[in-house]
Amino acid sequence: MKIHEYQGKEVLKRYGVPVPRGQVAKTAGEAERIARELGTKVTVIKAQIHAGGRGKAGGVRLAKSPEEARQIAEHMLGRTLVTQQTGPEGKKVLQLLVEEGLEIERELYLGMVIDRATARVVVMASAQGGMEIEEVAARDPDAILKVYVDPAVGLMPFQANQIAFGLGLDGPTVKSCAKFVRNLYTAFVACDASLAEINPLVITENGEVLALDAKINLDDNALYRHPEYADLRDLNEEDPLETEAAKNGLSYIKLDGEVGCMVNGAGLAMATMDLIQLAGSMPANFLDVGGTAGADRVAAAFRILMSDRHVRAVLVNIFGGIVRCDRVANGIIEAMKTVQVNVPVVVRLQGTNAAEARQVLQTADFPFQVADELAEAAQKVVAALRK
Amino acid sequence: MSILVDRNTRVIVQGFTGKEGTFHAQQCLEYGTNLVGGVTPGKGGTTHLGRPVFNTVADAVRFTGANTSLIFVPPAFAADAIMEAADRKLAVIVCITEGIPTLDMVKVRRYLQDKSSRLVGPNCPGVISPGKAKVGIMPGFVHRPGTVGVVSRSGTLTYEAVDQITRKGLGQSTCLGIGGDPIIGTDFVDVLRLFNDDPETEVVVMIGEIGGTAEEEAAEYIRREFKKPVVGFIAGQTAPPGKRMGHAGAIIAGGKGTAAEKTAVLKEAGVFICRSPAEIGDRVLEALGG
Repeated sequence: MKIHEYQGKEVLKRYGVPVPRGQVAKTAGEAERIARELGTKVTVIKAQIHAGGRGKAGGVRLAKSPEEARQIAEHMLGRTLVTQQTGPEGKKVLQLLVEEGLEIERELYLGMVIDRATARVVVMASAQGGMEIEEVAARDPDAILKVYVDPAVGLMPFQANQIAFGLGLDGPTVKSCAKFVRNLYTAFVACDASLAEINPLVITENGEVLALDAKINLDDNALYRHPEYADLRDLNEEDPLETEAAKNGLSYIKLDGEVGCMVNGAGLAMATMDLIQLAGSMPANFLDVGGTAGADRVAAAFRILMSDRHVRAVLVNIFGGIVRCDRVANGIIEAMKTVQVNVPVVVRLQGTNAAEARQVLQTADFPFQVADELAEAAQKVVAALRK
Repeated sequence: MSILVDRNTRVIVQGFTGKEGTFHAQQCLEYGTNLVGGVTPGKGGTTHLGRPVFNTVADAVRFTGANTSLIFVPPAFAADAIMEAADRKLAVIVCITEGIPTLDMVKVRRYLQDKSSRLVGPNCPGVISPGKAKVGIMPGFVHRPGTVGVVSRSGTLTYEAVDQITRKGLGQSTCLGIGGDPIIGTDFVDVLRLFNDDPETEVVVMIGEIGGTAEEEAAEYIRREFKKPVVGFIAGQTAPPGKRMGHAGAIIAGGKGTAAEKTAVLKEAGVFICRSPAEIGDRVLEALGG
């Protein structure tokens, strides 16, 4: 789960990770009040959307007075911000983070992720703050410091020191930076994060070490043990169809094509999307109805597919292993009674009782097109589209 | 021969009396798997599906001589269940459970570091050596004994591949899904090593997907050491970056882990590439020189 910068900073503060003073504003009036209360010469107004690249897109601006903070907020709120990471449709700005302006001496990078290969949390740091870590990695891999954490003992002080010295710090900032790294690791583990990226991590002219930005992702699988984070989810940032799908136990991702797909299993769902492309069209979505493909889930899946107006044909591909195909076929027919489906539907059921399933579909009121093989199914759905 | 499970496999099921555990244990028994008992804390001393139930893995191993565990424990308790099985030195631990927190798996991998157990999964369909033992949730009937090894990150796509192979008149030595999560116990290279040493396996089908670098590592291993032909398919050619395709591990992050990259390195390693998932059966025939 992605959370906003201001939410991430609130979480970090609880674990002793220093962040600039600031508050979130939903109106221009609030932005002015917060700027006044902060009382600094300059305040920073930051659009709160779940995407990076805000600075270059005009989503981060400086205000020299509370009045200017209000004007900037009026301009930004309700506008759609298009950054490199939002896609061309952009994201609507509904909240702003108003923060104190700081006198910055250095900008650094600090990130933590779970490394798949070593199965450990890896701490990454670079003296080139503000830049995308992938860019730094591509250009100058040696410029990234990496420390792997043994989960049996956690991040050790010497490792935090390696980071701080490795970044070229000296004097009292070494200690502040090492403490920052340790506290960030504590926060990472305590809230079951999957990513914590502080870019930039700044050293101010007074030698303070602060998180100027904070990108925190939480592990969806661990949310059950963090009820306190449930309300950090911002449904405005999520595709409404994806949200609806999740409520019904479906895994759904909206894409740009015209063939709606309904498949059991994530791997087979991706493979089915690939087939559609090879047959000459593009998938409208990824949709995994789960291993058992029950009638209620199939109905919910059809409802979701039909509410995407780009969908011009549907391909159902179910491999009936433990679940019997005839049962799935009956589920599909039941679903058709409750959902208005006005596009061609190609069904490919393979596995247990596939022959019986074919019969069930062929005698149904709805004109299903039935396919046996994978390639055949993809060809049929693309042909149906072209009619 | 075969790998990981065979006629000598003696399985206990952790989470034996739950809904999932009961259903799939029944299916494994029907397939002919030597399922010797199960574990459900608090239900020790009872009998379930005609097999004894134990409170702990330690008791189950002591009384049944089990060497393999099949885990259906819910996500919140699954990491503990894996470690309990490893503590009792079960040779193979197959964890079906989906949705285990990633940091729990970080601890599990650390715990397994100096243990003798091999973990398959989590979030996987399990392992089957056709005609010998089924330790998982795959439909037994699509398989038949033979010489094709199958390894995949997914479930139903593996069944699809197996089905295609069986329809070509071929059979499988062992088939397994290694799991769709970012952190898993056994990776492609581990499985390829086992297949390399298995005289019964003549050809291996490897089905990867977007995300991570497991396929790239496998390609490197195949190029360097693998002695048998490999047929490969990578799912997710149409997946956009930054979106998690169902499996927690299936995500193109930072422009890395695309299907195109993975397909390219496998091809360089001499793998017979399937552009379409419908070609898997045909490519296996080709790889066998038929």
